[in-house]
Amino acid sequence: MIPQSAKAQCPKAQSPKALWTTRIIGIAAVVSVFFTVWLGLWITPPDKTQGDLVRLVYLHPAVAWVALYLAFGLAAVASLLYLWPRTRSLFWDRLAAAAVEVGVVFNVCTLISGSIWGRPTWGVYWTWDARLTSTALLLILFLGYMALRRVPADPEVRAKRCAFAALFAAVDVPIVHFSVLWWKTLHQGATVLNPDLSPQIHGSMAWTLLLGFVALTLVFLWMLLVRYRIGYLQDQLGTGELDTAIRQRQAEGVVPAAGAEAPGTPVSVGSPLAPVAQPAEVAPVSEVVR
Amino acid sequence: MWRDTLLMAGKDLRIEARSRVALSQVAPFGVIALVLFAFALGPDRSPMAKAAPGLFWVAILFSTVLAIQRSVSVESVDGARDGLRLSGLDPAGVFLGKTAAVAVQLLILEAILGVGVVLLYGARMNSVWLAVVACIAGTIGLAAAGTLYGALSAGMRVRETLLPFLLLPVVAPVLLAGTRIWQAALAGGIPSQGTPWVRLLIVFDAVYLALGVVVFGPIQESA
Repeated sequence: MIPQSAKAQCPKAQSPKALWTTRIIGIAAVVSVFFTVWLGLWITPPDKTQGDLVRLVYLHPAVAWVALYLAFGLAAVASLLYLWPRTRSLFWDRLAAAAVEVGVVFNVCTLISGSIWGRPTWGVYWTWDARLTSTALLLILFLGYMALRRVPADPEVRAKRCAFAALFAAVDVPIVHFSVLWWKTLHQGATVLNPDLSPQIHGSMAWTLLLGFVALTLVFLWMLLVRYRIGYLQDQLGTGELDTAIRQRQAEGVVPAAGAEAPGTPVSVGSPLAPVAQPAEVAPVSEVVR
Repeated sequence: MWRDTLLMAGKDLRIEARSRVALSQVAPFGVIALVLFAFALGPDRSPMAKAAPGLFWVAILFSTVLAIQRSVSVESVDGARDGLRLSGLDPAGVFLGKTAAVAVQLLILEAILGVGVVLLYGARMNSVWLAVVACIAGTIGLAAAGTLYGALSAGMRVRETLLPFLLLPVVAPVLLAGTRIWQAALAGGIPSQGTPWVRLLIVFDAVYLALGVVVFGPIQESA
């Protein structure tokens, strides 16, 4: 049996509603990805000039949209909301962290799928095109944020630090974008999302393209929710563990049955913690650990 | 704020003038970088002269990291950072002062490296004023962004390794713009092509100076 006080320290399970929402989004993501793959690989016709290579179009822009706009945008907004005193809450910090981590995955996928497309089309895996360069720089900015997050610190300090770093990086993004654009004026325009091109896309191709966007947005949302939950539980575990350990020390110092009280044990002498731990409240060590 | 700026810049520059760390370590590092680039590009002068603008700015960027590390570390001992917060100086003034001190050091370094590029790489200046404008505009941006990231990483034990990782991608536009302006300013370039890049540098400076003035106080508190 776990006493009430110890129970309160355990990581709070997510509400069933939130769990179900995550599950439903996950299932919707799997189903939509399945249909995108099916339509993309079997139903849609190959392109006149690009052949089967065109099938990457159902994946690559959608992945890029998630990585470059959704994930980074969300991370920037969440960081700003954390810094704003009125909305300061660790919720925004965890959300930003989750968005960045998932964004890194999508960003790497963007670069890989782009390279796979680039090799047969341009003849090279990598070219110093404006979009490629700014995507790669964005990845490095993302990775810097993650490295900063790994620096051990108090949750509040870490949250503030990371939010500032995200803000500094976010204001840099437009400048990077324009500088790289001018740097390489040979960039190609919006090939896929250019409205002039859309009438030329075969009907089923357009629908598959659209479905790809929906599918990958759902995948992003699902990963974001799961990653947020892991971050939340990690934080809870961190604080919970400390409380449990403090309780154990209290138990050792205060309760004679714990067998740790030797004459002159510092904890028992005028310890400010002593009055908090009433003997009735303290569970045996093994139970508290559980 | 402006009084605090002068006070802070004066303090940092006095420390530098007495310790000579920037002059005896950071400046030689920049020169070594130029020499190493020359080794990497071979003894032929033509590729060196062609790459000179880029190499100059890469050397400046790396030296900036060192200068910022130095600017942070003078505050990291003897509880100087807490003393600074207790002093009642305006955080915006502290930010601008530290930025100005770093910028002055970098400008001196740029003068040395500029001469180095001309002498070692055989680059010829077509329009000196454009190169100087690029240096001033670029240096303000480097110093401002660097001071911000320096303050952010101030309390960390992994500062030395983390700072370049965070700072260098952010100042990539300065490298791009500075290189392009110098290409326009050197012999064979067209000076008017540098104008949009100068504008970009001014925008970069304005953004990071404004950001620093607004958020330096909260950053100091959190570090």
